[in-house]
Amino acid sequence: MEPILKLFTELLPGLSPLLPYWLLATLSALIAALVLFGFIAVFALFAIWLERKISAHMQDRLGPMEVGGWHGWAQTIADTFKLLMKEDLIPEKADRFLFKLAPMIVFSVSIASFAVLPWSRDFIPTDLNVGLLYILSISSLAVIGILMGGWASNNKWSLYGAMRSVAQIVSYEIPISLSLITVILITGTLSMQGIVQSQQGNFLSWNIFHYFPFMFVAFVIYFIASLAEVNRTPFDLPEAESELVAGFHTEYSGMRFAFFFLAEYANMFIVSAIAATAFLGGWLPPFSFLDFIPGPFWFFGKSLFLVFVQMWLRWTLPRLRVDQLMYTSWKVLTPFSFVLILIVSFWQLLTL
Amino acid sequence: MAQTNNFPETRFELEIPDPLKTDEFILNMGPQHPSTHGVLRVLLKTDGEIVESATPYIGYLHRTFEKHAERMTWPQVVPYVDRMDYLASMNNSLGYALAVEKMMGLEVNERAQYLRIIVSELNRIASHLVFLGTYGLDVGAFTPFLYGFRERERIIDLFEEISGGRLLYNYIWIGGVAFDAPDGWLEKVNEFCDYFEPKIKEYNDLLTFNKIFIERTANVGVIPADLAINYGLSGPTLRGSGVNFDLRKNDPYCIYDRFDFNVCIGKGEQGTVGDSWDRYYVRIEEMVESAKIVRQAVNQIPDGDAKETVPRNVRVPAGEIYFRTETPRGELGYYIVSDGGKNPVRVKVRAPAFCNLSILPAVARGTMVADLVAILGSLDIVLGEIDR
Repeated sequence: MEPILKLFTELLPGLSPLLPYWLLATLSALIAALVLFGFIAVFALFAIWLERKISAHMQDRLGPMEVGGWHGWAQTIADTFKLLMKEDLIPEKADRFLFKLAPMIVFSVSIASFAVLPWSRDFIPTDLNVGLLYILSISSLAVIGILMGGWASNNKWSLYGAMRSVAQIVSYEIPISLSLITVILITGTLSMQGIVQSQQGNFLSWNIFHYFPFMFVAFVIYFIASLAEVNRTPFDLPEAESELVAGFHTEYSGMRFAFFFLAEYANMFIVSAIAATAFLGGWLPPFSFLDFIPGPFWFFGKSLFLVFVQMWLRWTLPRLRVDQLMYTSWKVLTPFSFVLILIVSFWQLLTL
Repeated sequence: MAQTNNFPETRFELEIPDPLKTDEFILNMGPQHPSTHGVLRVLLKTDGEIVESATPYIGYLHRTFEKHAERMTWPQVVPYVDRMDYLASMNNSLGYALAVEKMMGLEVNERAQYLRIIVSELNRIASHLVFLGTYGLDVGAFTPFLYGFRERERIIDLFEEISGGRLLYNYIWIGGVAFDAPDGWLEKVNEFCDYFEPKIKEYNDLLTFNKIFIERTANVGVIPADLAINYGLSGPTLRGSGVNFDLRKNDPYCIYDRFDFNVCIGKGEQGTVGDSWDRYYVRIEEMVESAKIVRQAVNQIPDGDAKETVPRNVRVPAGEIYFRTETPRGELGYYIVSDGGKNPVRVKVRAPAFCNLSILPAVARGTMVADLVAILGSLDIVLGEIDR
């Protein structure tokens, strides 16, 4: 698999004598974007199906069993077609321009985050030297889309959801960034590939086991905060069904709703992928003799495992209240991650 | 506030021509809203997330049951009362049947009495299971809902076997029950109790003692005992406030005095007495007690013809009666007037959920929107009964 990917990624630069540079750059970016879009769409379909099956089995039922034959694998495909064919409603009093723009922003932000995820030694869309910073900054843009959608719908419930979402995502970005700073302290680089390569060896050299147990705590803080970042239970307040009907996407239907939905599952994957990269060794196998299995397998497997944990939590826990959510962020996670930064810095200083 | 600085007023002449207009945010919660348990509309005035006032508006499910009853013969009213509190039909028709029997001075066959107790208590468990599930949904936990419905399904299968219905049974008739228990039904009830009692631990592990759940419900929507009595609350909602009042004990009807069971009251284990968690936990404990009653009834039930005392023609002497029973929501009272004719002159129902809902504006002020959902859920209202 690795050589094929390599061939593919080197095919375009091979054409460089024939094409002007600007065309080449545009072409390669377009192809990468298309591939990523395809991946996100397929992954979201798969993840939605997976979530249905997981929730079903946790709840003593079967979930989708009919469409497509084997365990209803085609259920989400059928649902997507249904959404595609649905009438696209825009409320009369809505701000039409912002209403249409919001899902695009939310979705393009999640696509953009994929640009720096390292799949294997050679396969990374762009290896930015500030990869981690790029992801952190780009993912905070999504909140603009959510606020836009909530405001433009001209619906009180949507506005509530949007307000909650902004407060939540802005507060939870701080523990996320702080816990990732400990990783940067250890690896000394912001490049996603660099972070992975610094964890070479068997699984004990992964960042999560570094300075045990402090980095493990950092991982837990990151994971909890990332749940809030992607609006998953127990932090799913922006779309709290029993309180806010459907939160910021109450008024959306058809394909626009599907874009919010796709973005949610893509974001689940992104935060898990960042966790896998920063803490769990990215595309590195747990033992070095398993090297023959290609990197994307490990990277995808680790991320998928974390996605599974997110689903597991969703179907187990109730939802927090707004003030408790803020309490968790500002009075628990943020101070703890500050303390962790101090500890990790001192430890590094002592073992220099 | 008094001026505390020594500077002359004029130094701070900041022109604020039109101060930002602030106003309450008026929200219409319902009638189509996932957490209003049917078609309740609550008009909220909020300040950000804080609720300043909540006013329930009812009547979206009004079906003129009380007027209908005036044109029906006595036994024909039974299917109508079933439809009031559709989650506990058996308990509703039990109250009606007992009231009419008392007016007639009818002594009901022993076996029928026991069957009535068994189905009523099973229905109480089923109703509380729906509460458990929907309350989980209200605070954002989805899985307990399906766990509750899994067990409820078995109760409903039992009811289907004995009465033919799965939601509205028309089983408890004036003077007895519609059908005797089929062969092996009582053993199945016992089997259900064996299966059900361990499940309580599962609910407690999953929801009751979950830290987030406790955070969400403890100290939320506290109803002190005197407030609860003043508003006429009843049932688990009243007992959650620590008031030991259960009609099955305090004013025994039917044959409840023959069984050994405890009345569960809120103790404020996780917070204050009378908070939402107490009201929730009272219902969980009540399911255990109901299973206990069912077991005793199955063991004591005598042989006989359950339909022996069902009268062919119901003739109710002229007079009036108020008769109250304990349904899963509280004190269900029937005020029935008869002039000796074929149909009742008046059937007035004192619906427990109606009185329980009336406390919502009193406890809602100052809570958050999410709390309001938790409080409303803990009152366990059924709109079919409120609007009738």
